[in-house]
Amino acid sequence: MTRTTRTSAPHSCDVAVIGAGVVGCAVARRFALAGASVVVVERGADILSGASKANSAILHTGFDAPPGSLELDLVKAGREEYLSIHRDLGLSIVKTGALVCAWTDAEADGLAAIAGQGRENGIADLDVIDATAVRALMPGLAPEVRAAVEVRGEHVIDPWSAPLAYVTQALALGAKVWRGCELLSGRFDGDWLLDTSRGGLRAGAVINAAGLFGDDVDRRLGLAPDFTIRPRKGQFIVLDKAAARHVPKIVLPVPNEITKGVVICPTAFGNVLVGPTAEEQDDRTRATVETATLEMLRDHGGRLVPALRDIPVTAVYAGLRPGTEKKHYRVTARTESRAITLGGIRSTGLSAALGLAQHALRLFEAFGMPLGPPAAIPPVTVPNLTEAEPRDWQRPDHGEIVCHCEMVTRREIEAALAGPLPPGDFGGLRRRTRAGMGRCQGFYCNARLAEMTRGRFRVPLAVEPEG
Amino acid sequence: MSDHDVIVVGGGPAGVAAALALRAEGVGRVAIVDREPVLGGATRHCAHSPFGMREFGRVYLGAAYGRRLERDARAAGITVLTGHSVTGLGDDGTLSVAHPGGVGTLSADRVVLATGAREMPRSARMLPGDRPVGILTTGALQSYVAFHGLMPFRRPVILGSELVTLSAVLTCLTHGARPVAVLETGPVPLARAPLRWFPGVMGVPFRTGVGIVDIIGRDRVEAVRIRRGGQEEVLDCDGLLLTGRFTPEAALLWQAGHGVDRGSGGPLIDQTGRTANPRYFAAGNLLRPVETGGWAFREGRAIGRALAADLRRAPSAATTVPVAVEGPVKLVVPNIIRRGERPAAGFDRFQLRFLRPCKGTLALVIDGRPAHRLSGSWLPERRVLMPMPTAVCQADSIRFEFREDR
Repeated sequence: MTRTTRTSAPHSCDVAVIGAGVVGCAVARRFALAGASVVVVERGADILSGASKANSAILHTGFDAPPGSLELDLVKAGREEYLSIHRDLGLSIVKTGALVCAWTDAEADGLAAIAGQGRENGIADLDVIDATAVRALMPGLAPEVRAAVEVRGEHVIDPWSAPLAYVTQALALGAKVWRGCELLSGRFDGDWLLDTSRGGLRAGAVINAAGLFGDDVDRRLGLAPDFTIRPRKGQFIVLDKAAARHVPKIVLPVPNEITKGVVICPTAFGNVLVGPTAEEQDDRTRATVETATLEMLRDHGGRLVPALRDIPVTAVYAGLRPGTEKKHYRVTARTESRAITLGGIRSTGLSAALGLAQHALRLFEAFGMPLGPPAAIPPVTVPNLTEAEPRDWQRPDHGEIVCHCEMVTRREIEAALAGPLPPGDFGGLRRRTRAGMGRCQGFYCNARLAEMTRGRFRVPLAVEPEG
Repeated sequence: MSDHDVIVVGGGPAGVAAALALRAEGVGRVAIVDREPVLGGATRHCAHSPFGMREFGRVYLGAAYGRRLERDARAAGITVLTGHSVTGLGDDGTLSVAHPGGVGTLSADRVVLATGAREMPRSARMLPGDRPVGILTTGALQSYVAFHGLMPFRRPVILGSELVTLSAVLTCLTHGARPVAVLETGPVPLARAPLRWFPGVMGVPFRTGVGIVDIIGRDRVEAVRIRRGGQEEVLDCDGLLLTGRFTPEAALLWQAGHGVDRGSGGPLIDQTGRTANPRYFAAGNLLRPVETGGWAFREGRAIGRALAADLRRAPSAATTVPVAVEGPVKLVVPNIIRRGERPAAGFDRFQLRFLRPCKGTLALVIDGRPAHRLSGSWLPERRVLMPMPTAVCQADSIRFEFREDR
């Protein structure tokens, strides 16, 4: 990656998007399609460096969203758009369905209300089913399960390829993504003049999709934020692919007031994840895992699905969700300064991202800013990394398999490194290819990846010789 | 009709030894399938462990040993398929295989699984803290050095005290890295004598009873916070090297739904070297973590010979009796006995290991009657051998009991 020095003549664009998480990527795509010139300013070395790198990868229906909320509308709109565009983008979908499982009589008594709220939210494809029916759908569940709400529309997707596809489509329409670039300040004088670590940027409007730094970015723009980010940490464990046969469906708990609780969930990559926890903290960047919590998650998985007890842990991770002092999304449009803040997208961002992007465009239209003609949808596809469709290793001439645990080929890694948005760090390469994400966590392939990525990353895998 | 009499999955010492033994016993169509470009398995990157003394009468280092294995295999008329990954095990001996040309299948009357072992990564150890670049296992470190001439860090903290830890320290010192410290969680080092003084001699402190309570570093490892007794301390470093805690590379077994033994992490394995599916045999460090290359070679050879005899019959239909272990006994190999069949030179002894340091009496109990006793004190990760009387093959119940000295 080259470092650009400050230049006196600022770059100009119609819309500056602050933050390249899943929301920023979707917004960049939507505005580029609408004819806007877009620059995405991202502080991290790669896209998805904050909240978006760690989630449970569920495409929600919205059955449990607050009735009448913006979140519900945008989850539904986002899901609908995902379903209509995913094939063209090469994105797959695993139609697992979910079971909201009751483990006590009290929880079982609450299922009818959950189903009722789901129907009220417009999700018709759900039913309360008894224990026999639950165990017929998922025989691996512990016998204590009392009943469940079956929500057939809850699906699992690849949480990293989807935003990559969105932003790649924006790039194909001329959008720019400035990674390793921090927004320092901004002022509005009819146009936005943004000062970034990479120089000036003149923009007609600003969209704040800065996730964990949403309030901070508002402040840097001279806007009084109407919310305060309260990071909520979620720890996860990922179990070996051997777990997948025992977990065909998403297992959701009956929610309490604070969180949707710990989920047991198949992943699109053929693993099973258990998480997240919900731990309030002040730090917005540090998401540590803790041994006792990871063991708790493992025990929890084994209690609900006993076969999971003996299955090895493949990976552990932790992420921060950009919660605020309130539960709902904090979306604000300031017409007088042509600024939109998409704040507090705390846990449904992956599902709602495309809906949030549509909503942002509607808010933007009130600014009365002219844009170019809407663009034709550029043909962009991202490589399939999921088990739902054939993988590259199943096709000839892939060179060789570099990561044996996740069956990642040399051709896939080379393609990612040569792509329109090559990874900015090792995490970015992992998210684009799955290399090193498997059960050995790099015992076999880490050195090879170090060699293949020499000179590519700001933080290289191999250190330079001393002296 | 199968393509092969026997396919061996994994071309390390155990797999190649099994294939060579099969050919020596007159088995015609034998193939070794390995996903790497050359044979040798883990020995390829072990630059300072001597291999081959007992099997070849001379010492080979690192990749040279693998080249010798490959030469001998080809000379013996074994088909060597490198760059081939087995992706699935069919119940009837049909293997799904991926290779640079695409995917396909191979089939055999019998299959030997010899996929070895690897060190447990940070995730499976459930270590706390950040997840930056610079946390590696010895195998990964040695691959940096041996295959690419690279180093992942300069000042690592090293965790573990097994034999492989010595190798890890040596790799660091001979490649310009200066370990900050070698830490063992338990009260005593797991390897024999050298480890206690070796790091000291090399100027690397060795400390026992130390737990890692935090790994710190946004991009790259910057420090680890450790706790010893009630005291916490921060060690500045640029990497964390996780050594030992080997685990069998049992992914194919898990995927095939074959039995995986809870204690060993390897397959269910009988006295002849057969797994739960009697078409499938297994040998080497897949059976249990972890033995030397020489041990794996001899084990592979013995199981190859037993397999040659088994090939003359239909796959066994005998019922299996589990070999139970209790208390601090972590694992036993073999861990099932096919009833009514004599030990066929696959294993002549039981191999056991303990979970923690302990002192006491270990007893083999057959049908409720003690058949053999062994008193002593043992450390984890050390081999314990017990005779396997022929009576086990007629038993209804086989278990190892342990009485700990107070």
